[in-house]
Amino acid sequence: MEVIIYGIVNGMTFVLMAIGFSFVYGISRLPNFAHGALYVVTGFITWSFINNAGLPYLLSIIFSLIIVTLAGTAIYQFVMIRVRGMPISEIIVSFAIALAILEGLRLQGIGGFKGFIGPGYVLPRFMDGVLETSGVTIDFQRLFIIGFGLILLFLMWLFTHYSKIGLSLRAMAQNERAALMLGINSDFMANIALGIGSALAGLAAIVIMPLGNVNCESGYSVLTTAIAVCVIGGLGSWMGTILAGLILGIATTIMSAIGGTMWNNVLIFGLIILILIVRPSGLFGKQKELEERV
Amino acid sequence: MFETLRGEELKNQERRKERLDRGIKARTEGLYAIQSWREVLYLIAPRASLIVGLLILPLVLPGLYWQRVLALAGVYALLAVSFDFLAERVGLVCIGGAFMIGVGGYISGALNYYLKLPIFLTIPIGTFGGALLCTLLWLPCLPLRGIYFAVVTFMFPFLTTSIILAGNLFEGTEGLSPIVGFPNIWIGIYLIIFILLLSIFGLRRLCGEDIGVVFSGIKDNDQAVLASAINITRIKVYALYIGSMIGCFSGAFVAHFSGFVGVSLFAVDFSIMPIAACIMGGPGTLAGPALGALILSPLSELLRGFGQLRVVLYCLVLIGFILFKPEGLLNWISRKYHQTEHWVKV
Repeated sequence: MEVIIYGIVNGMTFVLMAIGFSFVYGISRLPNFAHGALYVVTGFITWSFINNAGLPYLLSIIFSLIIVTLAGTAIYQFVMIRVRGMPISEIIVSFAIALAILEGLRLQGIGGFKGFIGPGYVLPRFMDGVLETSGVTIDFQRLFIIGFGLILLFLMWLFTHYSKIGLSLRAMAQNERAALMLGINSDFMANIALGIGSALAGLAAIVIMPLGNVNCESGYSVLTTAIAVCVIGGLGSWMGTILAGLILGIATTIMSAIGGTMWNNVLIFGLIILILIVRPSGLFGKQKELEERV
Repeated sequence: MFETLRGEELKNQERRKERLDRGIKARTEGLYAIQSWREVLYLIAPRASLIVGLLILPLVLPGLYWQRVLALAGVYALLAVSFDFLAERVGLVCIGGAFMIGVGGYISGALNYYLKLPIFLTIPIGTFGGALLCTLLWLPCLPLRGIYFAVVTFMFPFLTTSIILAGNLFEGTEGLSPIVGFPNIWIGIYLIIFILLLSIFGLRRLCGEDIGVVFSGIKDNDQAVLASAINITRIKVYALYIGSMIGCFSGAFVAHFSGFVGVSLFAVDFSIMPIAACIMGGPGTLAGPALGALILSPLSELLRGFGQLRVVLYCLVLIGFILFKPEGLLNWISRKYHQTEHWVKV
């Protein structure tokens, strides 16, 4: 029982981490390797707003989300737009941005900047307290992750199915040239997609980070987790991301209950290789088979 | 029709740059090149300057410190050449250079540490065995193309690091130390320079052979290659084995050169720095990436005092080159060498 509940929490964490990456890739075919960096940046900005500027928690969350969204659109507008369609350059440029951000946060002693190093950076939990049901203890923050994840997924579904921008985004994802012909500005839409993707990364950070502390290393692990989930679920597929996230979460929780944390990564590794052998486009991959597999 | 004018006179008019091959380039293309010293020199000069420059460089460098920097630059250069070969010649964008380094380093380091094998055995075993292991592990990803392959190879070093740390394999965070070093620093430096030259010229020759044509076919249109009844996965395996052999050799070299094997071999530096060097030096030229690495890595060594700032700086260099000079240094130099350019009125 405990394993299942914690597995679902874990799975929802994975889904939240991966959904932004999957969203951007699904719509604009841009691999946003700066995803993990944006995740970490949100945590630090929120922390600074609370502790340096003395703003209330909710307000600093809103401010940092706005800043991260703007950062995402700026990355597209000034950098990614020039290399779109060249896979090598896309990966390298976005990863270089990620590295510059993550290592830049650790800079010390330039203009009195201290650098975000050490365990002192902790975001407060939304609500303290624990819930006990049928012998399982679970704290409110983890419950909140499940609830928030479900609401977010539902809202995203509403947005992409019933709003004008969401519909244009889906049109772009299906066939960019046809969308262009129908008067959808593809650069503008890709820009919006990257903005929303960054906001999703930020939201994930705000919900997940109170469970641990904020550090730069988590940027890399979030990125690898997001990629692993997307590869297993099928790059750019919504259902695939959700399903793969939940499967991975439950499977890793079971694995660490049986064998220890070392087996988590072995499991992820094994699953990826297995999926690539059996179904290279992932569980729900809708890319044309020929484009990725010969 | 076009009127050749000097740049200043055309500043305010519609103009474009016209490039023409130099006469000597046209003359040296055939067998007739050997009829005069001038033309022979024109052909040999770029290649000879690379070879002689690399051979002399260790002798003129002051002190042990800069010689070690040169050896490390050689490692990055080898990785960059391997990345360039795989990405630009075969179309396999493999951004997991750190994985090759780690596998090669751990194999040869562990053989030396646990079994006390001598260095002239561990390096070849690390090179060939490591390449075999890399190829086997990446084999399932080979049907993937472009970005998919890149994304998957990118994760390998990270996952391996966490497995080694969590499972406390190979002494975990402590790492294996000491590993027997080279008997003499000159042997180390000249070994890596020799291998670097060998792989640059060897790969250039390989790309000119029949299989090289198949490689570029796979890069440009693998459906067509498939239609010619060629098993492209097998060809990709050959290419991947060659590429990871170079990577694993540099891994084994790093392990013995620094006398230490640890998870730092899987550091992201080894993945991103060769790519930066490749972009800066000129993608697709094989010698260009080596040049880029030989420029970038001493530069980042000079910036070591700034701590993390150097990573930030070379990321900015990388972004700048991709956005504003995507052809790279070597392509630019060779254009200046082979062509003349002047402004013409449109």
